[in-house]
Amino acid sequence: VTSRAGPEVEDLLRGLAPQVLGSLVRRYGNFDLAEDAVQEALLAAALRWPEQGVPENPRGWLTKVASRRLIDELRSDRARQRREEALAARVPAAEFVAPAPGDEQPPDEDDTLTLLFLSSHPSLSPASQLALTLRAVGGLTTAEIARAFLVPEATVAQRISRAKQTIKSSGVPFSLPPEPERAERLRVVLQVLYLIFNEGYTASSGPDLQRSELTAEAIRLTRELRRRLPGDGEVAGLLALMLLTDARRAARTRADGSLVPLAEQDRALWNRSYIEEGVALVTDSLSRTQLGPYQLQAAIAAVHDEAARADDTDWPQILALYELLERVSPSPMVLLNHAVALAMVRGPRAGLELLGALDGDDRLAGHYRLDAVRAHLLEMAGDRDGARAGYRSAARRTTSLPERRYLEGRAGQLTDSR
Amino acid sequence: MKYVALVYNNPGAFEALSPADRDALMSEADAYLKEFTETGELLGEGFALADSSTGKTVRVRGGLPAVTDGPFAEAKEQLAGFYVLDTDSIERAAEIVTNDPAARFWAVEVRPIMDTAGAEM
Repeated sequence: VTSRAGPEVEDLLRGLAPQVLGSLVRRYGNFDLAEDAVQEALLAAALRWPEQGVPENPRGWLTKVASRRLIDELRSDRARQRREEALAARVPAAEFVAPAPGDEQPPDEDDTLTLLFLSSHPSLSPASQLALTLRAVGGLTTAEIARAFLVPEATVAQRISRAKQTIKSSGVPFSLPPEPERAERLRVVLQVLYLIFNEGYTASSGPDLQRSELTAEAIRLTRELRRRLPGDGEVAGLLALMLLTDARRAARTRADGSLVPLAEQDRALWNRSYIEEGVALVTDSLSRTQLGPYQLQAAIAAVHDEAARADDTDWPQILALYELLERVSPSPMVLLNHAVALAMVRGPRAGLELLGALDGDDRLAGHYRLDAVRAHLLEMAGDRDGARAGYRSAARRTTSLPERRYLEGRAGQLTDSR
Repeated sequence: MKYVALVYNNPGAFEALSPADRDALMSEADAYLKEFTETGELLGEGFALADSSTGKTVRVRGGLPAVTDGPFAEAKEQLAGFYVLDTDSIERAAEIVTNDPAARFWAVEVRPIMDTAGAEM
């Protein structure tokens, strides 16, 4: 079932989803069944509200409908008969009736946070973490998630049900993780949100346009997270990184879906308000919180986004930021980008020398990106044969059709103009 | 990342098995498909291909289609079926495929599927 609700009703529902789910779980304690019940209530609302209007107390309406579904579900399940009786005995009769609009308790702000931590619990597989976050916190339907990830709906349903079984069997409580674990668990939450963002962002135009909704959803959820943890520099850094990256969306692909490299993008198409917001966020967090990898990546994106033309790019500053990033969070991908920045500041030979350090690195052995960067630096250095061979090798190894087309094009240009 | 697992065997290989081996293969294959469908890594149900003699090969040359009947491959082993995995790495895909009884009886090739997503350089 897909919702035919307009964007306003859809936004309202997605914002309310974690609040309603949180209140059900706290009341009835059954995350697995409560999550299904909330999905059904969301679907009912998506069908009804656009026609009959949004009720005065939308949260109360959803809570009432979801509670009824949950109780029906508990009742119809004979195997759970005894547990249901115990539950009914524990819950005062008044609890079965949704409160009148005035009596409604204020939304518990922590529910969204708790659900984010729960959905990215380390015992879940990454694919399950993404699916559960989008459904339980984002309020997306299984069908919407399946379309965005280009997998069958049954597969997403399996991932979600498996995730809920894992949560149930490991007895994870519905509460924020204890303080000693919280920083590490927050790191996983941020990683899940960034994966959702990237899944949407790397999709090109055309048939994959649907997937760009994932970028918007990742930004919305990260904003929600930041509202709850305003003092955390990495949360601000991730939000800034998403905004500063997504700001280039309109310029990064042509109408036919082919990729436009950063240096050749039409900067007039960049989203100014996202850039301003991202720059402000990262400037503020760098000045007052502990340095982290998301803030540094956002700072690098900000330097690119602030250059009016590619030639105006402040490469020495980018180089300095990559040196810092390599100290805070070293990885072969960071070193690759570092080599490009070094080449822009001190010439292609310096960059190529740095790449030499990666030749023995198993993590990048045979990776197309190493070949592509080396080809780019060889081209800068005037070694046309070496560059062409590098682009061809990278084109053979990438699994992305637009990247292969781009890399073959670069190799072709070096052949044509001989 | 999505991967396709291509199952190869000799034509008639399945029929050549003893009834006990055939039953074992079938029940193992069912258990295998069930296990990794439940982990959310195996997409859909997978497909077995009919004998290659029932296929056709299409070539268009100079704007004209030429359709020839199968069999078209000289190789002893032919593509017998395929299914799609969605998992984090080719290492994980290969690890899953070691559970496929076809890998024990014959051979299963794992190949990444090209996608239309890409990062600007």
